[in-house]
Amino acid sequence: MIQKNEINEWYVSIFDDFERNLNGESKSPIHQLRKKAINDFSQLNFPTNKDEEWRFTNISPLLKHKFNLAINAPYVDKEEVDRFRFNGMQCSFMVFVNGFFSEELSNINSIKDKITIKSISTAIKENNIQIQKHFNKYVDSSAQIFTALSTAYIMDGAFIYVPENIIIEEPIHILFLSSSKEDKILSHPRNLVITEKNSQLLIIEHYAGLDNSTYFTNAVTEISVGENAVVHHTKIQEESKSSFHIARMETVQGRNSCFTSNMISLGGEITRNDFNTRFNSTGGESELNGLFLIDNSQLFDAHTLIDHASPNCNSHELYRGILDGKSRGVFNGKVIVRRDAQKTNAFQENNNIILSDEALVDTKPQLEIFADDVKCSHGATVGQLDNEALFYLKSRGIGEEKSRDILIHAFASDVVRRIKIDKIKDHIENILTEKFNN
Amino acid sequence: MLLEIKDLHASIEGKEILKGINLSVNEGEIHAIMGPNGSGKSTLAQVLAGREEYKVTKGEVFFKGKNLLDLAPEDRAREGIFLAFQYPVEIPGVSNTNMLKTAVNEIRKYRGEEEYDAMEFLQMIKSKMKLVELEQALLSRAVNEGYSGGEKKRNEIFQMAVLEPKLAILDETDSGLDIDALRIVANGVNMLKSPDNATIVVTHYQRLLNYIVPDFVHVLYKGRIVKSGGKELALELEEKGYDFIKDDSGVFV
Repeated sequence: MIQKNEINEWYVSIFDDFERNLNGESKSPIHQLRKKAINDFSQLNFPTNKDEEWRFTNISPLLKHKFNLAINAPYVDKEEVDRFRFNGMQCSFMVFVNGFFSEELSNINSIKDKITIKSISTAIKENNIQIQKHFNKYVDSSAQIFTALSTAYIMDGAFIYVPENIIIEEPIHILFLSSSKEDKILSHPRNLVITEKNSQLLIIEHYAGLDNSTYFTNAVTEISVGENAVVHHTKIQEESKSSFHIARMETVQGRNSCFTSNMISLGGEITRNDFNTRFNSTGGESELNGLFLIDNSQLFDAHTLIDHASPNCNSHELYRGILDGKSRGVFNGKVIVRRDAQKTNAFQENNNIILSDEALVDTKPQLEIFADDVKCSHGATVGQLDNEALFYLKSRGIGEEKSRDILIHAFASDVVRRIKIDKIKDHIENILTEKFNN
Repeated sequence: MLLEIKDLHASIEGKEILKGINLSVNEGEIHAIMGPNGSGKSTLAQVLAGREEYKVTKGEVFFKGKNLLDLAPEDRAREGIFLAFQYPVEIPGVSNTNMLKTAVNEIRKYRGEEEYDAMEFLQMIKSKMKLVELEQALLSRAVNEGYSGGEKKRNEIFQMAVLEPKLAILDETDSGLDIDALRIVANGVNMLKSPDNATIVVTHYQRLLNYIVPDFVHVLYKGRIVKSGGKELALELEEKGYDFIKDDSGVFV
């Protein structure tokens, strides 16, 4: 077995090769950031179960592999990509294959005039002012090892800048496809989304596997929601069952802003999501919802943090898990209400259904309240399908399988119905039906 | 004969509740099963519907000549048994309409009939809704969730009307109903009565039987039917209370 520090060294050792292939970029400010990040990375250790934030998530299976940086993207044709589109949904579309932006598979023409939307590598090369202002500002490469790794090897991702008063009603579908051939590959999708005052945006961050190969996706998304701006975010993860997916989303919210995020995941071998949002000013609204469906020996870990750093903000969080086989689920939801954050409303709930005898969930809701005039609640449940309800449905002539399917759909629907786009809802419903109807 | 129960014994968690039930029900008949609390009335209803928690330890049950005890709960329903629950179950996230549409079509499939499309189904349930004076709004709401007690019971009768069972078992459908709701429920049952189907009314009170007139009344006591008679038996019970049964048949005391 490979030792952990050996893996650390491995990811440091491939930096030289990476640097050589950058031709010409090595003097740019972004590359200075990369160099600092690889240095930070080399100082950090991969977490173990002894770290409180990783208590229930053992990543040693991830550290058994020496993943290589993808050198180029495998050829993917349009029909292949169409499999991952949401049945005729009108949208702008960005496609990345193994981390590389594919211009010919993407279509962003309809919104190009209104907003800035391009691959982040291009924005970095152009030294875009917003990159200077926001990039890597909401994450901490010096403390978060996977973020350090992401920053060190930053290649591509979506860069979206929405100026003041611009409303984009058509969703932007950002698709990240992955597949390993001879080498097991690692990609670092890196997204930056900036919305200015009074703007509105709908984005779908979609991660999918082209096959069942073993690969590692280490994604980082930074989102800044401007004053009175609205951002609806959906993340869908339907990757290879032997893939590894580590993701961080950091959102900062301006005055009277609204941010909603709905995360739907079918997991990989190990999936870890750190979703954090912070109210930087008063009057904000935030909704974080998630649904994960896992089986066999999959591990899914959702870590969320809602930071009520300002008064008069509302947050609502609902995470649900459906677990089968020997799978393990983790929910760790922290809500911090800081001293000045009076009149905070924070609601958090986590419910899990376990379909087998061997699946396991660790759920840890945490409220840290330092203000005294707030309304906060949280709750967590772990249970099985309701036998009374099951019998009731069967007594109406509905078969065992179908009855279970109906109850699972109903359990999931509390999260699914919060997604704003019908075509995506249909997609999720189909996933549910396919998963539980065999 | 539609239903034939022979020496039925059933227990839950090792405790015997039914201790040898014998009962025959023909098409076109209404049977009332009465008895004090804990006598086994609801257990009998649940066992007939196929509730897995109850273990049948002895005896036989034939429905339309088939061995009922061999059938899964859903197949019993598909063969034509319907249980109106004493405590209808709330199912958040599942709309009444969707549940019923799935149920109707699963039953039709089982019987080799063509499934209803959305239009046909809607037309069919609209006529049934009138029968139990059910508001349209209740259809799209989640099954029994947030319904009042009366709405829950009316919803059971509505489902019965939609599923058109051969044998309906009403498990204390009258309990907790005000007189208006009771009339609506009874009216629904009476309108659905035909020479081809039968009803077993399980009740604690004689009151319901003023509205649903039984052909036979059976008194269940300590897991056995200790007395059977015509509708006048119900009146006698009402007048004298269940104690007179005990005196009359000392062996069961």
